[in-house]
Amino acid sequence: MYIIKLLIKNAFRHKLRTCLTVLSVAIAILSFGLLRTVIDAWYAGVQASSASRLVTRHAVSIILTLPISYKEKIRQIEGVKLVSYGIWFGGFYIEEKNFFANFAVEPKTFLEQYPEYIFKPDEKAAFLRDKKAFAAGAKLVKKYGWKIGDIVTLKGTIYPGNWEFVLRGIYKGRDKNTDDSQFFFHFDYLNEILKKTVPARADRVGHYVIEVTSPDLVADVATRVDKTFYNSIAETLTETEKAFQLGFVSMSDAIITALRLVTFIVIVIILAVVANTINMTARERIGEYSVFKTLGFGGWRIAGLLFGESFIITMMGCTAGIILTFPAARTFANTVGSYFPTFNVTMDTILLDITFSILVGILASVIPTWRSIKTPIADGLRRIG
Amino acid sequence: MFIPFSYSAKNLLTRKVTTILTASGMALVVFVFTTILMMAHGLEKTLVDTGSYDNGVVIRKGSGAEMMSWVSRSQASIVESDPQVAIGIDGKPLFAKELNVLISLPKKGDNKQSNVTIRGVGDASLKLRPQVQLVEGHMPKPGSSEVAAGWSVAKRFQGINVGERLRFGMREWTIVGIFDAGNTGYNSEIWGDNDQLMQAFRRPVYSSLVFKLQDSSEFGKLKERIEKDPRMNHEVKRETKYYADQSEIMAKFLRILGMSLTVMFSLGAVIGAMITMYASVASRVAEIGTMRALGFQRRSILGAFLLESLLLSLAGGLAGLFFASFLQFFTISTMNFQTFSELAFNFSLNFNIAFKSLVFSLIMGFIGGALPALRASRMNIVDALRQA
Repeated sequence: MYIIKLLIKNAFRHKLRTCLTVLSVAIAILSFGLLRTVIDAWYAGVQASSASRLVTRHAVSIILTLPISYKEKIRQIEGVKLVSYGIWFGGFYIEEKNFFANFAVEPKTFLEQYPEYIFKPDEKAAFLRDKKAFAAGAKLVKKYGWKIGDIVTLKGTIYPGNWEFVLRGIYKGRDKNTDDSQFFFHFDYLNEILKKTVPARADRVGHYVIEVTSPDLVADVATRVDKTFYNSIAETLTETEKAFQLGFVSMSDAIITALRLVTFIVIVIILAVVANTINMTARERIGEYSVFKTLGFGGWRIAGLLFGESFIITMMGCTAGIILTFPAARTFANTVGSYFPTFNVTMDTILLDITFSILVGILASVIPTWRSIKTPIADGLRRIG
Repeated sequence: MFIPFSYSAKNLLTRKVTTILTASGMALVVFVFTTILMMAHGLEKTLVDTGSYDNGVVIRKGSGAEMMSWVSRSQASIVESDPQVAIGIDGKPLFAKELNVLISLPKKGDNKQSNVTIRGVGDASLKLRPQVQLVEGHMPKPGSSEVAAGWSVAKRFQGINVGERLRFGMREWTIVGIFDAGNTGYNSEIWGDNDQLMQAFRRPVYSSLVFKLQDSSEFGKLKERIEKDPRMNHEVKRETKYYADQSEIMAKFLRILGMSLTVMFSLGAVIGAMITMYASVASRVAEIGTMRALGFQRRSILGAFLLESLLLSLAGGLAGLFFASFLQFFTISTMNFQTFSELAFNFSLNFNIAFKSLVFSLIMGFIGGALPALRASRMNIVDALRQA
């Protein structure tokens, strides 16, 4: 008990310096936490996806489409329980900067395959009934202030023109990492208009989603599907939804690597700041420590004093940083929400915060401690300031 | 009366550990700051250099990029017959109808799939882009299943060598050449004969039209003519503008990310400098008192301590810049969010960036040193001397 009191007293002998150090640790922990959360958000799509759903796309490239006639063929493949299909629509709302995911899907099978989208039963029925209907996530609906029954016009980039939809259903995510900012509508609506305007582009889907009868069959079914369409007009590539999402993430590898690197740079910066503070403290107290040594205290006691002080400073900063991370993450999510559908500070991030703070606390006190133990008593007593 | 410069400099040398720790904290911040500026500049440079000012690009209105655009054969001939399209020495128009599709190929090393742009080119395509130079082999012959790959595709993807074969669009394609397009986006593309590729991908329409302008200053008139033509639904951009627009999202993303990181980090470094300078002042109270007693003015003391802090931050800034400059040897690739294809670019350093980084480090030093220096200059002579 006494030792803790001494440590705290020691830490606050230089109030301004300690406060500044605590502040800088807090800022660093805050930035570390935010960066980690950004990286997590990048992978949110991967985490939310299921390993038992398969996605079939064009083998050559994601932007090429597959004929709708594949649906029946896929359904006949052994191990396939349910097939759904859809296509990326790529429209925007009023202005190009209003970016959100929008898909044309086959609504009935889609909702069956994605039980993590939770609807009110009457809204679900209304969405299925109306061909011009669209359903959207609660977050998206809130952002643009839409109400059930509102008519929303999207401007198409891949499919030019203005497309009108009626909001019939609002879904909530079942899990924390479910993306509740998507927009989907009936594939038939898109297809029928295309049949009239650009028949060459009609009856083409972007991807098939396959649900298998048993999770063990995932790999077999994927091979069977691809074999069926090998050497046809459009060869397919079938992979689990997780792998499919990971493919998107890996395309922006460089940025994620850079972010990861930067998170370590933050740690090194606080290390430098804390080490500097402890180093100064040790230098100022060399005389004091020499007195301790003369009185018979061992080197490890002095080490304990310095390390304890360093630890107290980093932990105070760490606590403040963690507390600040939550409101900061919320503000950040509100500003750039459209890029990242989910933005949650995870337990892992907080544990890493704490681990790194402890590490910084230890590392920062190593050199000063070593120096104060090694200084001969006579030198220490002779020294001024 | 001024305190000599050597006083400030020597003070830093006396407390080596503290100086090194503080300066390295600043060096890291400057390193990150410079890196981000270099990245944004490299990206911009690559995309802007890709286009040439005297070339026009025609894409479908609202499509943003070639990949999502289409131009029918009859629309292509409308543009081709425009008087503003330059005629080459062989009497043919300098006009290329091109196709732009993505395919995914496995990358070297980790075998991950990444998107590469395939460009179907015509006779004039090469003439329109003088920066494209053949390094090895020859360019694909019209009407053949031959392709040539950009230099950075060859470097980053598996099996891209002259003589090897690629399979896409239900056909085998032979790689017959590698070209280097300098520091431009074409290096991240694979080129092949337009008609062959259109057949393979079953695309009845072109993606874009590229042509040289007869008279660059008449661009406005041509733009109006084509965009107002009721048979067209397209927009015309200068090639430079077209590529600059493509870098917009990425550049904005880098800027936002970079600025938020820099602001957060620099707060840490400024605090570090402040701690150092406060300690420096505190341990020299007697010294300051003596100097004041000798007749040095308050502002000389202020100046000396500020100078010390500025020197400290300059050392950090120079170190950060020094290490960041090595990044110029690296090429990185990232997905261009506008086209979904991979784009390789270099970190690029110029005088402007170096200057900004050093100014930035000095600002950090100034902010960190201002309060401590003020405290030093405000000391009362008698009190300061008594404390010693």
